[in-house]
Amino acid sequence: MEGVLNQLPIGLSIGAVLLLIALGLTFTFGQMGVINMAHGEFIMAGAYTAFLLQSVGFLVALPAAFVVAGLMGLVLERTLIRRFYGRPLDTLLLTWGVSLMLQQLARDLFGAPNVQVVSPAWLRGGLGILPYNRLFIMALAVLSVLAIWAYMHRTGQGRRMRAVMQNRRLAATSGIDTGRVDQRTFFIGSGLAGVAGVALTLIGPVGPTLGTYYIVDAFLVVVAGGLGQLRGAVLAAIGLGLLNSYAEFWSDASLAKVIVFVAIIGFLQIRPQGLFFVRSRALT
Amino acid sequence: MRNSLWRTGAVIALSTVTLAACAGQSGKSDTSASSGGGNTIKVGILHSLSGTMAISEVTVRDAELLAIDEINAAGGVLGKKLEPVVEDGASDWPTFAEKATKLIAQDKVATVFGGWTSASRKAMLPVFEKRKALLWYPVQYEGLESSPYIFYTGATTNQQIVPGLDYLKEKGKKKLFLVGSDYVFPRTANKIIKAYAAANGMEVLGEEYTPLGHTEYSTLVNKITEAKPDAVFNTLNGDSNVAFFKQLKSAGVSAEQMPVMSVSVAEEEVKGIGVDNVAGQLVAWNYYQTTDTPANQKFVAAFKAKYGADKVTSDPMEAGYNAVYLWAEAAKKAGSTDVEAVKKAAGGVSLDRPEGKVTIDGDNQHVYKTARIGVVQPDGQIKEVWNSGEPIKPDPYLKTYSWAGGLV
Repeated sequence: MEGVLNQLPIGLSIGAVLLLIALGLTFTFGQMGVINMAHGEFIMAGAYTAFLLQSVGFLVALPAAFVVAGLMGLVLERTLIRRFYGRPLDTLLLTWGVSLMLQQLARDLFGAPNVQVVSPAWLRGGLGILPYNRLFIMALAVLSVLAIWAYMHRTGQGRRMRAVMQNRRLAATSGIDTGRVDQRTFFIGSGLAGVAGVALTLIGPVGPTLGTYYIVDAFLVVVAGGLGQLRGAVLAAIGLGLLNSYAEFWSDASLAKVIVFVAIIGFLQIRPQGLFFVRSRALT
Repeated sequence: MRNSLWRTGAVIALSTVTLAACAGQSGKSDTSASSGGGNTIKVGILHSLSGTMAISEVTVRDAELLAIDEINAAGGVLGKKLEPVVEDGASDWPTFAEKATKLIAQDKVATVFGGWTSASRKAMLPVFEKRKALLWYPVQYEGLESSPYIFYTGATTNQQIVPGLDYLKEKGKKKLFLVGSDYVFPRTANKIIKAYAAANGMEVLGEEYTPLGHTEYSTLVNKITEAKPDAVFNTLNGDSNVAFFKQLKSAGVSAEQMPVMSVSVAEEEVKGIGVDNVAGQLVAWNYYQTTDTPANQKFVAAFKAKYGADKVTSDPMEAGYNAVYLWAEAAKKAGSTDVEAVKKAAGGVSLDRPEGKVTIDGDNQHVYKTARIGVVQPDGQIKEVWNSGEPIKPDPYLKTYSWAGGLV
C-alpha cells in the first residue's frame, strides 16, 4: 500500500522532468512548427555545460546553459532553419542530421564514455520518498513555467510572440518583425532545453547520446498538450508522468511505455489537436 | 531563394567532405602505425565507434590495437607484421553483418576481433559460419552458444554469473531482486539465476526489465525498497546503469543494507556513474585494473602510455587484448593463418595474461578464466574480495550443473 502512495509523488516528479524537457519544444515546435530533432542535443549541451562548470557551482550552470544552448539554437535558426519555414518534413530531416553531427562533436570533444557530474552537497538526502534533487527539479519546472508565462503575457516581446504564433501574416502586416520574433523564440526554446540538461545531470547519464533518450518524450508532451500551449504542456506532462508512474508500478517499464503510447494515440483520435488549441482564422 | 538554396547545398556538401576527410584521416592513422609494406597479415577490428555502444566498444578497439602494436614490435606473427583494418559497426546490428562481410570478402583479413552486444554477435554469426572465417568475441555474455567459427574470450555464465551467485549465497543473501535491460543477455541470465536460486534455497522477490537507454528509475527503486530484498542482481547495460545508481543512491539505499551485484559495470562505467553513487557495490568479472599479476602491470602501463594517464582498463578491454595474443599464439602453433589450421591448433593454447592464466578450451572455443568478485572503491578502482582460486572450465551450456537441466 505504501508503494502505491509513493507512486503519486514519483509520478509528479516524472511529470516535472517531462515538463522541463518539453518546455523549450513548446516554443520551437509548438509555436514555430519546426520539428527540431536537435532539441535533445541542446539538452545535452546544457548537461555538458554543467559538467564544465562543476567547480564554479551548480546554480551558475543554469543561466550559463540557457545561454549556451540558446546561442546554439540561434545559430541553427539563422544558418539553416529559417530557409525551411513552412516545410516541417524538411526541417525534420535537416535537424536530425544536425543532431547526429552534434552528437559526434560531443564525442570528439568529451569522449564517448559518460562524464561524471557530482551533485552539489546540498542536494543530497531527501524528504520522504522524494530525494532533494527530485524536489529541486520540480521547483525548477514550476519556476520555468511561471517565468515563461510572465514573459508571454506581461511583456511586449511575449505579446508579439503570441501574435506571430496565432497569425503570422496579420502580425507581419501590423508591423511586427516576424524574423526577429522567430530568432527570439528559437533562442528561448533552445535555452530552456539547456536548463533541462543541467537538471538532468542530477538523475541521469551525461554522455553524447543523452539527448536521444529524452527527445521522443518531449515531443509526446507537446503533441498531447496542444501545440504551443503552455497550460496544455503542463497538464500533459503531469498526466503522462502519473500514467507512466502507475503503469510501470502495476506492470513493468517496457509495458508502461506501450501503455503510454497507446493512451496518447487513443487520446489524439478524440482530440487531434491536443488538450488545448488556439482557434485561429489564419489560413495555415 | 534559389541562391540561398545553393548556399545551403554548398554548406552541406562542404561539411560532408570535411567529415569524410576527418574519418579517412582517423582510419588511416589506425592502420598506418603498423603497416609495413606488402609483407603483412591483415586482421579486422569491428566495433561500434559511433552510436550508443561506442561508449564501451571504443575502449576495446584501443586495447586490441595496443596488442597488435606490441606483437608487431616483438617481430609480428610468422615473420609478418599485423595490419589492422578498423571498421565501425555503428551500434547497428545489420551494419555489423555488412562490415564483417566486407572485412572477409574484400579485405581478406585472417581473422576479425569484434562485437560487444549479443545482438551484434548473433548478427555476425551466420556471416562467419557461411564464409568459414574467424571471429574473436571479447565480452562476457549469456552462454548457450558455441559456434565453430567464433572464439569467446569473455566469460560465459559459469565464469561470472554463477560465481557471483555463489558469493551472495556465501554472504547469506537469500532474497534477490533482479533488474535488467530488456534484451537477450539479461533475460537469459535471469533464467539461469532463477534456476540457481530455486536449487539453492534462495528466493527471487522480483524480476524487472527496462528498455535499453531507459533513464527513469524512481518507480523501480520504489518497487525494490518495498520488496526489501537482501541483494539486487543487476544486468542493466549501458547508460541505464548511470541513471539507476544515481537514483538508487539519492533514494537513500546504501550498499551496506542492500548491495547490488552488477555484471556490466566495470572501471570505465564507474567513472560515468560517479564514484560516490556506486562506491561499496559489488561487481563480478574476471579482471580488474588492480588485478595483481606481472602481465597486468605491463598492460596497464602500456595502455596509459599509449592512450593517456587518466585512462582505465577493464575486463572487456583485457579480453579483447587477450584475443589478439591468443590468436597470434594459435597461428604460430599452426604455422599458418589459415582458419581451419588456426582452429585446430587453438585448443590448449595457454598464456599468462593480465587476468592470470588463460587456456583455450578446444571443445567449445571458450577460455578457462578465473572468476573474481570485486567491490567498487571510493577512488573509482575495484578491489577484489574473492576469486575462484583457479581458472574455471568454460561451460556455456551449464551441462555440469544439475540445477540447470531445464534451461537448455
